[in-house]
This record gives sequence, C-alpha cells and structure tokens, in this order.
Amino acid sequence: MSIKKIILYISILAFTSAAPFLFPDFRTQLATLWLMIIVALTWDMTGGQMGYNSLGNIFFYGTGMYVAAVTAIGLVYDVGDYTSAAGGGINDFTDTQYFTGIFLGSIAAGLFCAVTAVVIGYITFGLRGPYFAIGTLGVAIAAGELVSNWDWIGGGQGITLPVYPGDFDVGKLFFYFLFAGTGIVLFIFLKWLYSTRFGSAMNAIRDDEEKAEAMGIHTLRYKLTAWAMAAFFVGIVGAISGFQLISFEPLESAYQTINLGIFMVICVLLGGKGTLWGPVLGAILFHVFKEVTWNYFLGWQWVILGALIVVTVVYFQEGVIGWLMRRKPEWFGIRVESKDQAAAGAGE
Amino acid sequence: MDQILGNISLLFEFPIVNVKIVLDGIMIGALFALAAYGLALVWGVMNVKNLAQGDFVIAGGYVAWWLEQHGLPALLGVPVAFIVLWGLGWVVYKLVISRVIERDLFTSLLATFGLAIMMAQIMNLLFGSDTQSVQLEYETLYFFDGFVDVPIAKLIGVLMAVALAAGVIVFMKISRMGQAIRATAQDARAARVLGINTEKVYAFTFSLNTAICGAAGAIIVMVWVIQPFYGITYSIRAFVIVTAAGLGNLPGVIAAGLGIGAFEQYGAHIFGIGYQQAVAVLLLLLVLMVRLVQQRRVRQSLK
Repeated sequence: MSIKKIILYISILAFTSAAPFLFPDFRTQLATLWLMIIVALTWDMTGGQMGYNSLGNIFFYGTGMYVAAVTAIGLVYDVGDYTSAAGGGINDFTDTQYFTGIFLGSIAAGLFCAVTAVVIGYITFGLRGPYFAIGTLGVAIAAGELVSNWDWIGGGQGITLPVYPGDFDVGKLFFYFLFAGTGIVLFIFLKWLYSTRFGSAMNAIRDDEEKAEAMGIHTLRYKLTAWAMAAFFVGIVGAISGFQLISFEPLESAYQTINLGIFMVICVLLGGKGTLWGPVLGAILFHVFKEVTWNYFLGWQWVILGALIVVTVVYFQEGVIGWLMRRKPEWFGIRVESKDQAAAGAGE
Repeated sequence: MDQILGNISLLFEFPIVNVKIVLDGIMIGALFALAAYGLALVWGVMNVKNLAQGDFVIAGGYVAWWLEQHGLPALLGVPVAFIVLWGLGWVVYKLVISRVIERDLFTSLLATFGLAIMMAQIMNLLFGSDTQSVQLEYETLYFFDGFVDVPIAKLIGVLMAVALAAGVIVFMKISRMGQAIRATAQDARAARVLGINTEKVYAFTFSLNTAICGAAGAIIVMVWVIQPFYGITYSIRAFVIVTAAGLGNLPGVIAAGLGIGAFEQYGAHIFGIGYQQAVAVLLLLLVLMVRLVQQRRVRQSLK
C-alpha cells in the first residue's frame, strides 16, 4: 500500500471519529448513514460480486432485530409476559443487563441470521436471476406477515426495548460508534475477502456459473458461505438498529421490504455494482438525496424516491464508480491501448 | 393451535363449508387468473417481468371507485378502467418499459418495482390509505339451507371476468394485431424481417396488459376491498400462477388461478384472515421449490 493510500485511509478514519462531534445535531443521521453503507456493502457481496440479485436481504435485518430483542429480554424476563405487558410495568433493566443484552443480542442475531441464510440459500440458490430475486423477496414478505401474527413476540404491535441508560446525547454517540465500528470492520473484511481466492471464485460465479462449476468450484458452497457472511453483518446491524429505535413493529420497521430492502439495492446501483467503494459512495449520495427530499417535498417524498429508483435503474445503472471507470480508466490502474497503439501493435 | 385444529375439523364435520370455500376461491381466482394472463403476455412477448402488475390492478379499482363516488353506475367502471389503464400503460411503456426490454431481467424487475412503489404512494396520496369497496345493490342467493351464500354482485363480477378473458383470447387468435403479437413472441427478429413493427407490438401488448389489469381491478373493488398497498400481493399472486403454469400455457394459467384462489380461501379459513397475505407469499415459495426440484432432475435451474 502506498503512502498516499495510507494517508487517505487515516484521514477517513479520523473524519469518521470526529464527525459526530463536528455535527452534533446530525448524530442519528450519521448513524443511519453508516447503516445504509453497511447494508449496501453486504448487498453488493452477493448482488455485485456474485451476480445473485437478492431483493430479500431485509429479511436478515428484521430477523436480527427480533432475535436480539428476544435474547436481551429473555436474559431478564419471560418474553411472553414482557410483550403482553407492552412496556407497561416490567421493563426495568439495570445497566449491566442492558449492555450484556446488546452485546449478546447482536452476536446471537448475527449467528442466527448466518445459519438461516444457509438454510434459505440451500433452497433458493437453485434459482437464477429474476426467480432468485422474487423468491428472496417472497421470503422477506412472508417473514414480516408471519411475525406480525406471532403474539409471543408482540405480533403486529412489535416490541418496545429499554431506553439507553444514561445521558441522551451519549446514547446517540454510543449507537453512532456501534454502527461505525461494524462498518469499518466490514469494510476491512471485504477488502481482504475480495483479494483472496474466495473473492475470485465469487466473481467467477457471477461471470459464468456453468464454467465456474466446470473449473471445479463447488458453486453452492461458495454461494452459501458468501450469503451467510452477508447475513451475519446485516443481522448485527439489525440488532443495533432495534436498540436504537427502542420500539419497532414487523411490517414498517423490521421487515421494511419497500424501504430499506430496496434502498440498499439502489445505493449499490447508484455508486457502482461490483466495486468496493461503489456501495459506500452510493449510500452517501442516496442518503443525502433522501434527507433532502424528506425535508423539502413533504408528502411526495416517496413518489420522488420511486422515481429516483426508476431513473437510476433505467438510465444510470453503471453507477458513479462504473462511470468513472469507463471515462478515466487510468485512475483505477487499468491500462487502455489507444486506437493508434492498437493499430501499431497489429501492424508489427 | 387448538383453534387451527378446530377449524380443520369443522371442514370435515360440515362438508358443505368446503363448497362455500371452493366457490369463493374460484370466484376470486378468476380475477387472479386475469392479472396473471396479462403478466404472462408481457413476459412472453417482450421478456419483461412486471412487478407493478398488482398496482395496475389496484389503480383500476380506484378508477371504478372514483366513478361510483361521483354518482355514476359502478358497472360502468369496468370499461372505463379498461380505457384509462390502457392510456396509463401506454405512457408507462413509452417512459420506462421501452427502455428496459433489451436489458437483463433484473433491470426490468427493479425498474417495475420502483414503479410499483411510486404508483402505490401516488394512490395513497390521492385516495388515502383506508380500504375501499363499492357496494352493489343486488340480492344474495342462498343454497344448502343458507350454508352457501352467493352474492349476485360476485356472480356478475365473475361473468365479466370470463367475458373479458374470452374477448382477449378471441382477439389474440383472429385479429391481425393478435397474430403480430404471437409472431413477435415466437421470434422478434424474424417478425421484424417480415415487416411487423415490433415497437408498436410491444407498446400495444403492454397497454393491453395494463388494461386487462385495470378491468380486473374494477371488478375486484365490487366484490372485495382495495387499498393502495395491496398491489404487491397481487403481483406475487400473478407470479405464482405464471411460475406454476409456465409461459404460453393458457389452460394452465386459468387452472392455477382458480387453484390459488381456493387455496388462499382454505388458508384464511384454517389459519385466520390475518394470514391471508402470508399464505399467498408462502405459496410462491412452495411453487418455486417444486419447480426447482423438477428442474434439478434434469440438472437445470430456473432462469
């Protein structure tokens, strides 16, 4: 790694840690931005790098939320009693109980989601292209509907978790750094993963699955592992989001198929599919755009976001990074022969 | 759990309840089959998988509801929804669909998903998020000592659906445009060589699809309820039917449509009405899995 890159990474890291102190009014916004970056990066693992466009990754977000909540509550109270009381009476958590709840809940959420990803993936990875997208979308919608009918975990009312014990502003910082920490770990992990044989195998599956299989790559195993890793991280951020939201219900906030579930895809497309920085850049652009429309087009924000989705998909699918790669390939270390050189080469 | 078992045993104790459930299912399934036929048409002719299918259905329903609110007869809503949605479909085709035909399938899927979100939200802003329905002033027929009730309004709805389907099928078989559509579905390039304006055929096919959806929606609002966000479930049902039946298999689409209607009614009876959406979606997963096992036997995958 060159000195320039090291300086770049250190300055990004410094800015990340300083951001919530520089813009104290936007702490929750910045935390949400990290959430978008994480889900976009994990979507790109299967969507961009492996060519399996899932519309149901939101399933792991919602499941992570619920698993973490159930774990955290189950350590202290009986879950059925807690949810039927709906926050009235028994929601006293001591500080230790709260923090062990978050910690163990997030780990349990990540592991549970990884295991579910293997199970669901075993069924759905035989599907290709649009069938895979619709099948995973079906999983997410079905899960939301089933959870909203399951009274033990609150049914359609959802769950109310305890509030962060201590100062309100410190709580915001706490969640910001939880998201940011997860995001940084994920980014480093992916940077390493894409440089290994595993990353190449994922790209081979995307480019031509039959040929990859013929080359001796056990494609199903790679697909399952990749999706399980993505699900692990989505489950963890789902868990953190649950504690940050405090109170959540299945259809609008946990299994939000048409919100976050589609936003993560648009973030990746906007930034550039199949690149490491594309999802990050796309998430930042999308989040800013979303907040601006939310503030200035009250009521019509959803229509404008839908229009953004259509326009991005139809006209600008290569994304910012893809566009830059085409216009300025030398920035990415890709050497392109000019027409004269190619002609000279042919003449020799 | 006890309640579920009780509901199941009720089916055996009073077999006549089955007749009611199946009749209800077939009546609503006929409308699912209409929307699925439109999806299969667009899918087969221009290889676009339309996830906004259900939202066109709901839009058609709101056209009929709006007419009824303004004092016009509700039955007029069916032809009016057909015409209005034809226009809407043409605009959508020119703006979005015509640009995704040549692209990969995920593009069309995602673009129409964005479209679905947009349409649902616009309807939400225009008409509010309450469920709406149109009450027709007709009597209800009773059979088997009142165990089976058939509202005449539902019967009219089913008859209109059958008439519409028959009209579309005859149109596809004998008219010049119908022949051109079928030719384009077989081989777009060859059709172009033979002087068929495929661009026109595509626009016509998509508009026809949205018009069928609109008419189906106008019937649905008379026999059931609509809500701006119900669209996605109709899209999923249409996908279930087409996936189960296969493309270009009209009897299969009709049979699957009626079957899913009956299946959903059974699901709603056994598990309770809250599970109706979940049953529709779980059926999709079931159908995908069955198709997958079939394909695996010949070492292929669903593409």
